[in-house]
Amino acid sequence: MQRKAILSEVSGPRQEQMTGLEGGFYQRDRSWHPAALTPQYKTSVLRSPQYPLLALENTISEMTGPRFGHGTIGPLDNDLIRNFAKTGDAIGQRIIVYGRVLDENARPVPGALVEFWQANAGGRYRHKKETYLAAIDPNFGGCGRAITDAEGRYWFRTIKPGAYPWPNGVNDWRPAHIHFSLFGHAFAQRLITQMYFEGDPMIWQCPIVSTIADKAAIDQLTAVLDRNATLPMDALAYKFDIVLRGRRSTMFENRMEGN
Amino acid sequence: MVQTLTTLKESPSQTAGPYVHIGATPNWVEITGVWDEDLGLVLVGPETKGERIIVKGRVFDGSGNVIKDALIEIWQADADGLYNSPEEKRGKADPNFVGWGRQPTDGTTGEYRFETIKPGRVPYKDGRLMAPHITVWIVARGINIGLHTRLYFGDEEAANAECPVLARIEHKFRLPTLIAARSEENGMPTYTFDIRL
Repeated sequence: MQRKAILSEVSGPRQEQMTGLEGGFYQRDRSWHPAALTPQYKTSVLRSPQYPLLALENTISEMTGPRFGHGTIGPLDNDLIRNFAKTGDAIGQRIIVYGRVLDENARPVPGALVEFWQANAGGRYRHKKETYLAAIDPNFGGCGRAITDAEGRYWFRTIKPGAYPWPNGVNDWRPAHIHFSLFGHAFAQRLITQMYFEGDPMIWQCPIVSTIADKAAIDQLTAVLDRNATLPMDALAYKFDIVLRGRRSTMFENRMEGN
Repeated sequence: MVQTLTTLKESPSQTAGPYVHIGATPNWVEITGVWDEDLGLVLVGPETKGERIIVKGRVFDGSGNVIKDALIEIWQADADGLYNSPEEKRGKADPNFVGWGRQPTDGTTGEYRFETIKPGRVPYKDGRLMAPHITVWIVARGINIGLHTRLYFGDEEAANAECPVLARIEHKFRLPTLIAARSEENGMPTYTFDIRL
C-alpha cells in the first residue's frame, strides 16, 4: 500500500518519463491487415475471435520486448542452400533475398531477429503433416534466420520455393512464398507475414493473399527482382523490405530537449 | 495538393500457416542439425529469482475443438516487475531471466506448457500498478494476424481488483477469461489458461 501511495505522488508527466513510457506505438491499421474472419480462407472461420478485440493502450509490457544478440545465430543460419545439406546443395533456382527492417517512421530497426521458412523447389514442406506428392529434397530443411545490422539490413540465400496445392477449395494453390517472423524492439511490433515474388500470376488467385483487401498492401508483400544485386552465374536477387509498427513522437509531452 | 506524410505503412500480416514450426521450432518437427536448440524453450535457470510456476492451457476454436497446430509465445517481467529488454528504462532486470518463451501446442493433446516464474507488478502509464500478468501471443493456421492477450493470476484478487487495465474492460463477463486458476501439479504451482477464439 505504501508503495502505491508514493507512486501516486509522482504520477503525471514526470512519472511517464520515469517509466520510459513516452510515445506509444501507432494504432494498427486494421483495414490494411487482413480481417480475422475471411470465409474464402475456410480455416479462418472457426479460428477468428467471436468477440470484439479489447483496446489496450500501450504499457511497458507491450513497449518492451526480447532482444536476440548476434551470438544467437550460427554462420549457416541464413543459408538455406547449405544449412541442412547432407550430400550437396539444395535443388532449385538459387536466389538471394535481402532487404531492410524499418519502422513506420522509415527508421531502420537494428538488432531485429528475422526468421524465415518455406517449401522446397517442388512446393513440398519438410513436415510430418505434409502430404503433397511433390518430392522431398534430402538437402533442404526449409528454415533460416538472421539478425539485422546497424542499418536494419538482413539477407539470406535459398532456393525459390514452388507453388503448391492445398485443401481449401477443391483446386486452390498457394503462390510461391516465404514465411517471415519478426521481432522488433517491442512486443507490440511482433509480426508474422509472407513474402511473394514479383510477377507471379498465382498471387491473384490465392484465398490467403486475398484476405488482404487492399492491392497496395499485397504489393507491399511482393518482393522485387533486383538485377543489380544478382550474383553473376550464381543467384538471382529479390529485395524485400519489411515495416514494423512505429512509435509516436513525443514533442511537447515531457522531454524539453525533444527527440 | 497538400503535403504528404512521410510515414510508411506497417507490413500487413499473413497467417503463420500449418508449418510455422519449421521456422520457429524446427527441432520439434525433426528438422535437426540446422541449429542446436529451438529459441524460447527455457525461461528459468537455477539462478533465476522468483517463484517457480507452470503455465499451461489449450486453445479452442469456435466449435470448441482443441487447436493442435498453434504456436504460443509469452513475454513477462521478472520477479521484481522489470523487463529484460533494452527498452526497459526503470532499472536492470534479473540477468538470469529472459522473460520470453515459445512453445507449440502439443500435436496430440493440444496443450501448451511453460515453466517460468511469477512476474512482479508493472506500472501503468500513470504510475498505478497493474496486476501481475503475462503477455500471450497466439498464431496458427487460420489466424490471419497474431492475437495478443494477457494472462492474469487467479490468486491475485486484490491486485486484479485495482488493475487499471482490467478496470477499462467494459463487458465484465469477459474478465474471467483473462484470469488463470491456480492449482498444484507435482508440488508446483500451476496456472491453467485456456484460450477460446
